[in-house]
Amino acid sequence: MTPPETAAASRTAPQSNTDLLGLYTDMRRVRTFEERVGELFVRGQSAGSMLHLSIGEESAAVGVCSAMRDGDTFTTHHRGHGIFLARGADPNRMMAEIAGKQDGYCHGKGGSMHIADMGLGHLGANAIVGGGIPAVVGAGLVAKRRGTGAVSIAFFGDGAMQQGILYESMNMAALWDLPVMFVCINNQYGMGTRVDQATRATKFEERAIAFGLAGRAVDGLDVLEVREAAAELVDGARTGKPAFLSVDCYRFFGHARKDKSPYRTEAEETAGRKRDPVAHARAALLDAGTDEALLDRIDGDAATEMDATIDFAVASAEPPLSSMFLDVYGPDEPMPEPLATRIDRVLARE
Amino acid sequence: MVEMTYRDALRQALIDAMTENDDIFVIGEEVGRYGGAYGVTKGLIDQFGPERLLDTPISEPAIVGTAVGAAMAGMRPVAELMYVDFIGMTMDQLCNQAAKIRYMFGGQIGVPMVLRTQGGTGRSAGAQHSQSLEAYVMHTPGLRLAMPGTVADAYHLLRMALTQPDPVVFIEHKALYAMKEDVDLTAHVPDWGKAAVRRRGTDVVIVTYSRQVHYAMQAAEALAGQGIEATVIDLRTLNPLDFDTIRAEVEHVGRAMVVSEGPLTAGVAAELAARISEECFDFLHDPVIRIAGEDIPISVSVALEAGSVPSAEIVEQTARKLVA
Repeated sequence: MTPPETAAASRTAPQSNTDLLGLYTDMRRVRTFEERVGELFVRGQSAGSMLHLSIGEESAAVGVCSAMRDGDTFTTHHRGHGIFLARGADPNRMMAEIAGKQDGYCHGKGGSMHIADMGLGHLGANAIVGGGIPAVVGAGLVAKRRGTGAVSIAFFGDGAMQQGILYESMNMAALWDLPVMFVCINNQYGMGTRVDQATRATKFEERAIAFGLAGRAVDGLDVLEVREAAAELVDGARTGKPAFLSVDCYRFFGHARKDKSPYRTEAEETAGRKRDPVAHARAALLDAGTDEALLDRIDGDAATEMDATIDFAVASAEPPLSSMFLDVYGPDEPMPEPLATRIDRVLARE
Repeated sequence: MVEMTYRDALRQALIDAMTENDDIFVIGEEVGRYGGAYGVTKGLIDQFGPERLLDTPISEPAIVGTAVGAAMAGMRPVAELMYVDFIGMTMDQLCNQAAKIRYMFGGQIGVPMVLRTQGGTGRSAGAQHSQSLEAYVMHTPGLRLAMPGTVADAYHLLRMALTQPDPVVFIEHKALYAMKEDVDLTAHVPDWGKAAVRRRGTDVVIVTYSRQVHYAMQAAEALAGQGIEATVIDLRTLNPLDFDTIRAEVEHVGRAMVVSEGPLTAGVAAELAARISEECFDFLHDPVIRIAGEDIPISVSVALEAGSVPSAEIVEQTARKLVA
């Protein structure tokens, strides 16, 4: 397989679902995928111990991604499964990557927090809070220089709102009128620290506006609201008006799989989990007269599809040990010498 | 042959590379209108325009991060970090992002960018503008590292860096910018990743790079007058590291010294000395000596600054003691 050397969408992502039923379907797929990631972990089949689920945040991923086009690029954070899936990722290859297997997007070297796919414009998930943000400034710069019409979007959480790199990046994007957008998925917690324990300035969009970006905040409960705000901002970004969107939601579970959230009360969690964008969309669809059997079928299809991802990941081979020294440097470069080879060579004395 | 400064050679390399390849652009603080803090990019904005000499706010992490994204999107940025001392600001983008992207993403994409910067002592610039931090870079898999010591290499290594598939940290020496040499830029130089043997002797091998090449050569000339003949190896790039050349010369001579301006402990000299000791053990008559910067910060005082790092005299004296 010849990997693409530049990030340009060569594959076609699914067409945007503009109707609520389509958005619901995408959100259900994300929700179900994340539930299966949790199962993979419980079954001990996940290579990574660092699994961060986006349950409760589906409207941010699906709503914003539905406003993106082929050729757009993006970076994500450590809680980015849903975004990648919403941009058209193959859930089998995602699950295999999370399990650290050969058939994963990065052949088991990246995992949950370093998954990427240049074909879909995914410039990479990131395990450093805010680490993936400035790359979209660079991608936006190139898009503008070459007149490709592409937008580059950085997705991150509220934790990254307190990282300096975000402000350097927003400043440059505004200064140079770049086709760039910053999306904060505000799930109220940076690990165990609630937003109001991290900052006095909780109206994040005001910070972006202060830098000269178009800034908005939206309630993540309603995916249609997210989609509408995102579409307007993405369209603006495409014409050189960089944008910022904060999507308010609630992280249903702990920071990572082992975190039981002792820093939150049961009452808070119960109330938070009522802000469920998937259930909200389902209720709205039923209100609008959608046949419940159709919704059940969508849910069942998602379950079937995502069940298979676990089988796929479990069946996929471990990457061969010999792949360990591959891709440290470019394809024609000499590979680093393995420790054992070096020791044998050094000790092979006359 | 034309007389040219190290600074002019760097500028010429950028001009030639940017003329040949429209995807190359320079991004950094004061690179355009100002012409670079040390004048390397002077006048380039008139030739290539502000889009290709992109002046930035003082935001080192985002300069490097933007270069990473632009490289992934298919261009070839030359990010400039005014002083290598600022590299700490950029460590996440350089070491966690640029260096690891190809590997973490299973070889899907590389980050073909150059980070041009300068380091070293010689201008009484104080503790935060005089360091030799190449060990930070050499310690990170995925980053290439070039450190030219000659005018010809300033030109050729920069041209070569701009053809590499991986991120290259290119560290110039601030005390060399005004150095002049007669050069023929069309003359052959060793390939990327190959060391240059600047002088051959039979008594001791001096392995070094960047400004210390000149100190080693001065020391070697002085030693020759005392009947001691030294080999001087200019590594040119520290990653790739041409250990084959080091091994061949050390096995031939049987004595080695490593000279580096960076701090002694866990530094480049330490790594080189360890490898020579390990791999050339049966050929060595004496311990491999490290000559490096003292394990102290650099002072503004001219005397303290000069005393903090190796000099030609120290190299000469040490070689004499080693050979005795």
